Amino acid sequence: MKTFAELGFPGRLIAVEGLDGSGKSTQIYLLKRWLELQGLKVFFSEWNSSVLVKSATSKGKKRELLSPTTFSLIHATDFADRYERQLVPLLRAGYVVLCDRYIFTAFARDTVRGCPPEWVRGIYNFAAMPDLVFFFKAPLEISLQRILDGRRQLKYFEAGMDLRLSSDPYESFRIFQGRMLEQYLAMSADFKFLVMDGSQPIEAQQSIVRDLVAAKLDLRQFVPHKLPPKP
Amino acid sequence: MKAARPPSSRKNHPVIVVPKGKPRRFYGQGVPGVDLSKLAGKLIVIEGADGSGRSTQIARLVQWLEGAGHATVQVGLKRSTLVSEELDQAQQGNILSHTTLSLFYATDFADQLENIILPGLRAGLMVLADRYIYTLMVRDMVRGMDEAWLKNLYGIALVPDVVFYLNVQPQELVERNFAKKQALDYWESGMDLGLSTDMFDSFLQYQALVAAKFREIQRTYGFTIVDGHRSPDEIHAELRRGIQSVLEG
Repeated sequence: MKTFAELGFPGRLIAVEGLDGSGKSTQIYLLKRWLELQGLKVFFSEWNSSVLVKSATSKGKKRELLSPTTFSLIHATDFADRYERQLVPLLRAGYVVLCDRYIFTAFARDTVRGCPPEWVRGIYNFAAMPDLVFFFKAPLEISLQRILDGRRQLKYFEAGMDLRLSSDPYESFRIFQGRMLEQYLAMSADFKFLVMDGSQPIEAQQSIVRDLVAAKLDLRQFVPHKLPPKP
Repeated sequence: MKAARPPSSRKNHPVIVVPKGKPRRFYGQGVPGVDLSKLAGKLIVIEGADGSGRSTQIARLVQWLEGAGHATVQVGLKRSTLVSEELDQAQQGNILSHTTLSLFYATDFADQLENIILPGLRAGLMVLADRYIYTLMVRDMVRGMDEAWLKNLYGIALVPDVVFYLNVQPQELVERNFAKKQALDYWESGMDLGLSTDMFDSFLQYQALVAAKFREIQRTYGFTIVDGHRSPDEIHAELRRGIQSVLEG
């Protein structure tokens, strides 16, 4: 359970975690803009699955073929693919890599689905720990409201319908998100989450995020190398 | 209505053996939601390299088992509804890195475990597996993957009732592969390991590594090593004896 810094990588990985609607994506976007505008080597890792893994995952979801075990494994496959093809090379190249969700989403989600927590953590132990993890903790009702307000229909797995919590997708989603939140809070201390109050104004949160990043990372390390001028 | 009873005299056919139950376990954590005491059937695994005679032997076992009154179902690697097509494509292009490919295979295995193996056993079938987690683990081990990681991953697997490993020398495997496909397979030659640029050399070296690893894990997983150099009849007879004793408990 070492961080990229402890493993001697020149790059640093910053992850944000939290429920849908906790405001984490907004915060990581603003962090990215701040780092970019300083001209630093920063990369926002989007979920960029390779074609094959994506095809299998979407087939499984569309046809509702997934059990808790295969749901967990196909997402681990997807994560491994992204980890090995994208994250590791960027961190080797000395980037600040920003991740909207990391392995903790899988820990929470798969445990709620009934997979043994040690098994899930064991599978992901090929992945190094982020150098910083921000956890955006918003009251469940606020997160739910942000997601459900005038929103499209919830998808089957997204609502946790496979868990048979309720026949109503919205009710199922509420229960599912509530259990996810419990899981996140339970692992918060183990993984040294920097817990953010997601009910604060965007600017107040961003100011704390930037202060923490500046305090914990030596940002001068991420100034791009310039080629020497041609003679 | 009374339940049908066997007639008192049965001259034309031998007694059909009803398999005896035995306590079951998973290798590790298992998959959630399975009642192990309800798995009445038997899980029979045949392991071995390509060309070791696995499919021939499985076909003959199916004949024999069905003749003896047992219903069968077959599973094998890369046969899941979920990811088999994608795995095939991934292998052709060699585009996924190790951990990814490894997890992709585990997904394929888990899908068949939950949708064919466990329901089959629940229904009292003889489940014949053309390779199981051992091939998957060995392939990854010779590629340097962490054994503890693999053990945890495949802790979802059910411990089979019997596992036969058809052992055939690499030199003999080469000839059988040429006779069957006129060419050596990229993966079965372990070309991705860079042991040799020469495919024939690589095949021999890779198959020797795999066989050594199988012998190494044989102690842990307790499978029966079967000499695959003998005639199909002799091998079949040995497998039958092994399965017979599983059925009789």
